[in-house]
Parts: sequence; C-alpha cells; structure tokens
Amino acid sequence: MPGAGPGVPKTRSNATPTSPISFWDAFVLIQQLVNGLTLGAVYTLIALSFSLVMGVLGVLNLAIAELFMLGGYFGFAILLARLPLPVALVAGMAGAALVAAIVERIGYQPFRGAPVVTPMLSTLGFSIILQNVATNVWGSDPLQLSDEVLSGRFNIGPASISAIQLVVLSVTVLLVASLAFLVQQTSIGRALRAVAENRDVARLLGVPAGRITLIAFMLSGSLAGAAGVLIGVHYAAITPYIGVEVGLKAIAVMVIGGTTRIWGSLIAGPLIGIVEVMTVAYVGSQIRDFVVYGLMILILLLRPQGLLGSGRGDQSQRV
Amino acid sequence: MSMYYAGILSDIGILLLGALSVYIILATGQLSLGNAGFMGIGAYITSWLTVEAGLPITVALVIAALVSGAIGVAVGFPALRLKGIYLAMATLGFGEVVRSFLLNFAAMGGPEGFHGMHHISTGYIWTWAVSVLVLVMLIEASPIWLEIRAVRDDETAAGLVGLNATEIKVGAFGCGAAVAAIAGGLFAHHHVYIEPGNFSFERSVDLVLAVILGGSTVASGALAGAVMLVILPEYLRFLAEWRFAAFGALLIAMLLVRRQGLLDRALLRFAWRGSRA
Repeated sequence: MPGAGPGVPKTRSNATPTSPISFWDAFVLIQQLVNGLTLGAVYTLIALSFSLVMGVLGVLNLAIAELFMLGGYFGFAILLARLPLPVALVAGMAGAALVAAIVERIGYQPFRGAPVVTPMLSTLGFSIILQNVATNVWGSDPLQLSDEVLSGRFNIGPASISAIQLVVLSVTVLLVASLAFLVQQTSIGRALRAVAENRDVARLLGVPAGRITLIAFMLSGSLAGAAGVLIGVHYAAITPYIGVEVGLKAIAVMVIGGTTRIWGSLIAGPLIGIVEVMTVAYVGSQIRDFVVYGLMILILLLRPQGLLGSGRGDQSQRV
Repeated sequence: MSMYYAGILSDIGILLLGALSVYIILATGQLSLGNAGFMGIGAYITSWLTVEAGLPITVALVIAALVSGAIGVAVGFPALRLKGIYLAMATLGFGEVVRSFLLNFAAMGGPEGFHGMHHISTGYIWTWAVSVLVLVMLIEASPIWLEIRAVRDDETAAGLVGLNATEIKVGAFGCGAAVAAIAGGLFAHHHVYIEPGNFSFERSVDLVLAVILGGSTVASGALAGAVMLVILPEYLRFLAEWRFAAFGALLIAMLLVRRQGLLDRALLRFAWRGSRA
C-alpha cells in the first residue's frame, strides 16, 4: 500500500537533460510546480466540497472522501464505454450528487438536533458502506484506462503541461467560478448563506431550510464527484482506496484554508498540492502525509481560524 | 480449544482493549478518530523492547503504556482548545502522522514492517483485557465517574462547581492512549508481524465502531461491540464480502433507533433484576 497506487503523484521525467545542471534544476522545479498545481486543483475541489457542508451546516460529512472515489468510478464507467470526457464528468458529478442526497436524507436530516459528533458518525457509516460497495463492484485492484483520454503536451518555456493537466486545471477554475456565481448571485446562494447565518431566522423569513440543506449536500457531492473524475483521468487509474488516501487529506486542506470561510480552500488547495509534490520530489514520497497532516495539526492548534480567517470574533460571511 | 477459536478470542480481546481506549476518552465528551496511532506507538515500542532489548512482554507492555500515556497527555493538552468536530479532525490527523512516521522509521523496517516477536497465548491477552475492563468498571462505580460525567455533560457548569475539567479531560486522553498502547503491543505479539498499514484510519474507525455499536455509555458496551465486530462476520459467512457495508448500515441504524448503542444502564439494570427474580 505505501508508495503505490494512484495516490502517488507521478514525477514526469520524459525530457533528457541536455542543458546545464542549473537550468535542469529550474526545469524540474517548474515541472513540479505544474504537477503540484494539478494535484492542488483536485484538493481544492474536495476541500470546497467539505467546507460547503461544514460552512452551511457545521457538520463534517466524512462520506465526501468516498463520494470523490465513487465519482471517479462513475466517470471511468462512462469512459470505458467509449463516451467522451465531458459526459464522464457530468456522470461523475450527477452520480455523486445523487448519493450525497441519500446521505443527507438518512445520515444528516434525522440527526439535526443531535450533538455534532452524531451526524459525523452516521456519515462515517456511509463512507464504510460506499468503500465496501466499490470494492465488491469494481474489485480492489486498480481499474485502469487502456488508452489515454487525451494525449499531447504543451510547452510553456522550459516546462511542459499535458493536455490532461490543462483539462484538470481549467475544469477546476470553471467549477469554482460557477460555484462562486451560484453562491453569490443567485437566490439559491442567498438562501444558502441565510441558512448558514441562522437557520431559524432563515426559516421564519420563508427559506425552505430542509431543501436548502439537501442542495448544499448535492452541490458538495457534485464537486467531490468532479474531483474524482479529474484525478482518475489524470492518473489513468483508480482504486477503492483513493478516498482514504487522497480524499481525507482534503480535510487537512479545508482546515488549513480555514473552516469558517469556504473560499480559504482556493489558497490552501494549490498550496498543499505544491507542498506535497515538492516533498515527494525533494524529500521522499513516504513523508508526504506526515507533512500535510502535520501542517493541519499545527494550524488547528496555532491558528484554528485557518490561514485566511480573521480573529476569534469572526462574525463575517462564512459562505 | 482449537486454533480457530483461540484466534477469534484473541481478536476479541485486542479489539476490546482498543474499544475501551476510545470509550475512556469518549466518556469525557471527546471523540478520538486517531487511537490507531496510539496502538501503533504501543505496538512498535513493545516489539522493540521484547525483540531488541530482550525484555519480558509484561514489562515491555507497561513501559509502552507509560510512554504512550505520556504522549497522550502531551496530545491532550493542546487538544483542550478543540471541541467536537475539530478535535475529531485533529486526532484523525494525529493518527495519520503516526502512521506516516512509522513508514519512515527505517530502524524498524519502515514500510517493510517489523517481525521477530514471540507469539502470546489467548489467556495472556484476556488477562490484560479483563483487568483493564474491570478497572474501568471500578472507576465507573467510583465518585470520579460522577466528575467525568459532569465534565461530559457541561464543561462550564462542571468548572463552576469546582471540578478541574482540564485535569479530567487530559487524564482521560492519557489513560486512553495507555490502554490503546497495550492493545497495540498485544496485537503485535499475537500477529508476530506489524507494519504501519496495521494502524491506519480504518483501524481507528473499527475501534469507534465497536464502542458506538456496543454501547457508548457503559464500559461493558465495548465488550459487546468487540464481540459483535469479530463474531458476526464469522457466523454470517454469506456476508463475508459485504461485512463492512453491513457494519456501516448497522452503525447508521443504531444511531437512528438507539443512539446510545446496544447496551446501556437501563438495559443492564433490567437484566440484573431479571436474573434475580
């Protein structure tokens, strides 16, 4: 398990060092930055998925790590049926959103009045179920794409970016922009923010809070599903354990960005992606989880509001 | 007793200790998702002491429990700032940090794992399991438990009536860590081989599962949970591949209909009266 599987960011070394050493170093560094940004984009999406539910409802939905994995498998099923990537992306998002809706109805709604730890445990129950189902349906060996969905590389100065990496980055930007638009500009977004601020007052003002929590869960699920499809095509492989290996780490990303503000993930995602890839390249792949979770614990203890959050009396907008 | 039943009984005993480690911390209202980390610490320290330093297993277990307990206190102090979900996330991170450290700990095999331990008997495992269970039950019957419950129910109010909430919460973390280390040490000497993957997030989840299913308000709940988690898959063979899904569903169902788990004080009292009538 350690060091194997698609959880390991690949270091691309397909160019030969013809230039002087210092130039080669710079090349490797830029290449690593590109790889780190790609991984960071996926982290950003999952972290947003976590913090959307956390921000609106104050609940940690542990099933998100497995929704991410499931989204990847849904996308793979479409790709293996020789359908194009956009279809796979939509299928991954829709499938994960649907499962998220089930999680909300059974795993969150009945526990609204319970202590915050209870819904976290029930979503943990869902994550156990989902991982088991994926293992039984698709097997515990990695499922691989026989041929690349997109081939080709583009050169940016000394480094190069693959078409897939470009897709991952642009889809992420597109999704984040759509989410921002939805939350800031639409009536659904206004209702989300109202429920996040004060559920009871929002209900008094006529916001259908039950439906809004369902929407929050489904939005969050679709982001996780999209991230799953993206990381699946990026590594051209997926396993049932990717949720625990990669998805859970997005919790660290969310905490580092700040749980009180969902947009903190936009900074923390790329940051952690780059830190992780750099750690793998220059220190060793075994130590990367240590660094990422260690950073999370430091942030929790020293700056619980996250990198972006302001002081303790933070009463500003959360979503 | 055949090897098969001995193996099952040993598994139950080790899981019981692991579940108790979660229970002790949970009794003060803190949920730890990282107790596999303490188990790993205990497993590696105990194994090093018996294999490399040649100490007897009991001495090694006691030393491992003390070291892990000290680490638990060290972790518990800063964790006082965190509550509920934030504490759960921090402990999850702690567990992963420990696993990742063990992966890099080349002196004891790193990712290859560590072996050379002597196998221990089921009776030895159960001596530890029963001793710790009885100890926890004795504490439950003592006035200290009232203080622990007060801290769990309302920390501020407990502080106002003069209880030292800090001492109780940190103490619980230390005790939980020590018990988890014993579970880890016994695990290592039962399986005679350990690797960092043994002490992952899934292990922490198993321990929490045993407590929540068996009963999170009485120590005997940990026993019921450990028995359920080990025995059910053995007797429901048709569930073999789906046992985790079954446990996940059982967890959700239990939270829906009986949040305190299978056993609770009322049920135990009822059973006690029934047996005397």
